[in-house]
Amino acid sequence: MVGMQAAGLRLDVNGLDYGILAIYFVLVVAIGLLARRAVATSEDFFLSGRSLPAWVTGLAFISANLGAIEILGMAANGGQYGFSTVHFYWIGAVPAMIFLGLVMMPFYYGSGVHSVPEYLRRRFNIPTHIFNALSFAVAQVLTAGVNLYALSLVIKSLLGWPTSLAIVVSAVFVLAYITLGGLSGAIYNEVLQFFVIMAGLIPLVVVGLVKVGGWGGLKDKVNNGTPLAGHAFSSWKGVGIPWSNPLGDWIGIVFGLGFVLSFGYWTTNFTEVQRALSAKDLSAAQRTPLIGAFPKIFIPFLTIIPGLIAVAIIPHFGTGANNSYNDAIPILIGKFLPNGVLGIALTGLLAAFMAGMAANVSSFNTVFTYDLWRPYVVKDREDGYYLRVGRIITVIGVVIGIGTAFIASGYNNIMNYIQLLFSYFNAPLFATFIIAMYWKRTSPWAGFWGLASGTAAAAVMHFTGYNISYFYPGGHYDASHKTINAQMLNFYGAIAAFVADAVVTVAVTLVTKPKPVAELAGLVHGIPDPNAPDPKDAPKPLWWQSPKLLGFTALGITAVLSVIFL
Amino acid sequence: MTEERPNAVRSGASKLFDLRYLIGGLFTLYGVVLIIVGLTDSKAKINKAAGVHINLWTGLGMLALGLVFLAWARLRPLHAPGSDEAK
Repeated sequence: MVGMQAAGLRLDVNGLDYGILAIYFVLVVAIGLLARRAVATSEDFFLSGRSLPAWVTGLAFISANLGAIEILGMAANGGQYGFSTVHFYWIGAVPAMIFLGLVMMPFYYGSGVHSVPEYLRRRFNIPTHIFNALSFAVAQVLTAGVNLYALSLVIKSLLGWPTSLAIVVSAVFVLAYITLGGLSGAIYNEVLQFFVIMAGLIPLVVVGLVKVGGWGGLKDKVNNGTPLAGHAFSSWKGVGIPWSNPLGDWIGIVFGLGFVLSFGYWTTNFTEVQRALSAKDLSAAQRTPLIGAFPKIFIPFLTIIPGLIAVAIIPHFGTGANNSYNDAIPILIGKFLPNGVLGIALTGLLAAFMAGMAANVSSFNTVFTYDLWRPYVVKDREDGYYLRVGRIITVIGVVIGIGTAFIASGYNNIMNYIQLLFSYFNAPLFATFIIAMYWKRTSPWAGFWGLASGTAAAAVMHFTGYNISYFYPGGHYDASHKTINAQMLNFYGAIAAFVADAVVTVAVTLVTKPKPVAELAGLVHGIPDPNAPDPKDAPKPLWWQSPKLLGFTALGITAVLSVIFL
Repeated sequence: MTEERPNAVRSGASKLFDLRYLIGGLFTLYGVVLIIVGLTDSKAKINKAAGVHINLWTGLGMLALGLVFLAWARLRPLHAPGSDEAK
């Protein structure tokens, strides 16, 4: 949740900046209108007719996650934790994205499923499917509300618009382009947003670095007299046991964040996977997360550095009463950018909020229609009917999102609890998927009970963790629970979820009946789908399009950077 | 999964427009605007940005990206609707 301190953030915007913003918003709606011509079937609406080139889906893949909450939040982490924040990118995202592209995408794209929950329905059984589809759909709508509320806070503090006006106006724009253009409208806007946010952040970093006297000047200033002095520019310092790194020990970082949370999010979250499923062929689908990995490697320099610049030039930044760590980027935009670039940066920020919400809504309508309405409520209607359902549920989803945003503006804490609750559902997913894809014996009921017990384990770990002194800095238990390292506890909660899910999945499999092998074709490693087109018939990708080459290049760059910022 | 779809409607995906023209157009426009603003920026505006002509530089960068996208779209157009994925 982005808690902005309203005072003193008002930007000095003029007609030029509003003009730049207005042009962008006109274009956003134009994309929706133009994309509408390409929507004839429900698959066009929900999966862009599986027609998009890899560079488009790849940038959308990264952009769907590059919402403004992410940008402002990572700048905040940069100011608070320094370069340890790169763990959320280099260990907490890139390896999982490469794994999705190289290992898991053939099962998703090759089996022809429309969604991640549909994979669970075919691999396991109906209860597993409903458990996953329902928790995902509800999470997406409420998260859209959270995004909307955060957006209204930013608009209020930067431009001075009333919260309710900001909520309704931005929701209407998102609604317009998704209802009209479906996933193509969402994806095209995400790609456009990616370039605009870069055009806003890069000048900010350049001017900020010039101001503090370059990279050396930034190091000097941060290392002299700020709370980060001495550990701002290393990412792996203090991860031994007992730990002193702001993100806790290496077990939590490597297994909790790098393995369970990261793989769970990037490889099973349908909002992300949906972008790859809209690609035009298997090779493009595989390359989607791999192309996305390259910008992901370098984005931390655009988020962490503004956080550090804010720490360097603003006395008591983040710890004083006048500002919070979340304000880093808005403060620097106001301080450094003259009218013109200011308009670009503002446009990028607002575009990022809308893209974040649009990504939630466009995956919600797909899961609702394909995974809840069509199989369980109104079956066997013609395709046009489900296209209409998709459009109507998009409107309903946005309206619920607006309602959630208004509730959040009254009860800020509720949103934190909601997000926490959904993190319990996400934590165990990777265990279930990886066992399901590689062990054909895994039985239908093992899917359901694995997910259920993993979710329960995450919740139990979270509540008992508050009483374990190891999770407090220096091992000093604090009865008010205020000083607990919440990130680290979150990583351990994920480990608990993974272990519980894996153990229960194996145990239940051993005492229940497996699915007949014939039903697993294309879904499990080693059981090819006899109806699948022969891979030899597919057009041979050019050498630079090879998924393995892309994936291992990205891994190599990440490894080199990790050594530089050890 | 290949579900039976009697009277299946044909996908309209081939009618999808080329995004590269849109990105190219927007960045060319933004770039030109920023270059003009940058050339007329007062000393105070430039001092605000730590002495960097940031409007001008950002404008040049955005214009260059815009032109790259327009050129790419022009040189490697999308295949005509219905045609195969041939090179």
